Amino acid sequence: MNSRKLEILVGFFVALGILAFAMLALKVANSGISGSGETYTLNAKFENIGSLKARAPVKVGGVVIGRVESIYVHPQEFLPVVNMTIDAQYLCRFSDTSSISILTSGILGEQYLGIHPVIAPTSAEQRCLGETVTENKQDEAIDDLFGVESKALGDKDTITDTKSAIVLEELIGQFLFNQGSE
Amino acid sequence: MLDLFQRLGRKTLGRFAALGRSAHMLFSALAHVPNFKKGTPLLVRQLYMVGSQSLLIIMVSGLFIGMVLALQGYTVLVGYGAEDSLGPLVALSLLRELGPVVTALLFAGRAGSALTAEIGLMKATEQLSSLEMMAIDPLKRIIAPRFWAGFISMPLLALIFSAVAIIGAHLVGVDWLGVDTGSFWSIMQSQVSFQQDILNGLIKSFVFAIVVTWIALYKGYDCVPTSEGISKATTETVVHSSLAVLGFDFILTAVMFTS
Repeated sequence: MNSRKLEILVGFFVALGILAFAMLALKVANSGISGSGETYTLNAKFENIGSLKARAPVKVGGVVIGRVESIYVHPQEFLPVVNMTIDAQYLCRFSDTSSISILTSGILGEQYLGIHPVIAPTSAEQRCLGETVTENKQDEAIDDLFGVESKALGDKDTITDTKSAIVLEELIGQFLFNQGSE
Repeated sequence: MLDLFQRLGRKTLGRFAALGRSAHMLFSALAHVPNFKKGTPLLVRQLYMVGSQSLLIIMVSGLFIGMVLALQGYTVLVGYGAEDSLGPLVALSLLRELGPVVTALLFAGRAGSALTAEIGLMKATEQLSSLEMMAIDPLKRIIAPRFWAGFISMPLLALIFSAVAIIGAHLVGVDWLGVDTGSFWSIMQSQVSFQQDILNGLIKSFVFAIVVTWIALYKGYDCVPTSEGISKATTETVVHSSLAVLGFDFILTAVMFTS
């Protein structure tokens, strides 16, 4: 066999391999949040995480904006702390009054984190990003109303308002307890 | 009684000596400055023998394995109303396990046995010795390009296998059994991760490539230079590399996919 034909066939083989790789990478795998895009981290402390696992999605209104990075037990308080990475475009966009809860997709589905966002006021966002704060009457009025300066969630901040996973046994236990007391 | 111990001892020493010889063969074949000008034509020729010629069997078996997976997966999943999860089921089992492993097994049967027989016959007809007489190192001239060809081809073949199998699964699942094409792809995309699944599968096939090619080359290089010896070496290549692939697969899966 002459070497030109041979080289063409090898080239065809290698091209097919690269094509297969491209198809698998682009069409089969998720090229998005779990990729190498810019992210920042948030923490949240729960009473009980149910069966939440690392790599579970973090959603806002059903849209995935991040993933659970790791879960560990707080060394002093013995409470599970969930560490998650969030898409960097949401950096400093959520107010620290946002709440996070562990939800289940479907009846038998996986558990995921749902953030109920409270949009951070412009001044808080600017403070969090380290920019100069522009005067804004409306934001000041809100701060005065609550008596505290509102804060935005930046890198490595903790969401304090958390709702734990629903554990079936606890639910049944509570139900039975309520039945008994009636 | 002592004879028994002697037999055991001889066997053990023999095994270790073989391991040493094979490591020495691979090391002296690869540990030198590559000469791209001379090496490339040799490598291209071997890529053709090992890679291009395995393409057909890999693609056909990939297509059928994908189709069978989709058919069987569908029968089970439809009972739970979860036939939309057919995509991730097929993609994950292919990318993580079946793609690298079945490719390696087919590769051992298709290309590994050919390598062993070819080198064994070269040894039997004293072509290797004549190369040495001409001051050409047979390790560099014969072994090295074949090793690199196997090392490059197998991951490519595994990728092609997985891709073709997913297309086969799509053919059966979507076009025949009526799974929704949108959810087939989108649930697959949400479940399959590039680093965790595709890259780990690729690492697996690189490891299998080293194992299978190494065993095939060593068995040929070390065979008894008779027709009987070559036939025995060829059989051993297929048996040993298949077992090694399955064993390594378990170890790699345990390391990669258990957290």
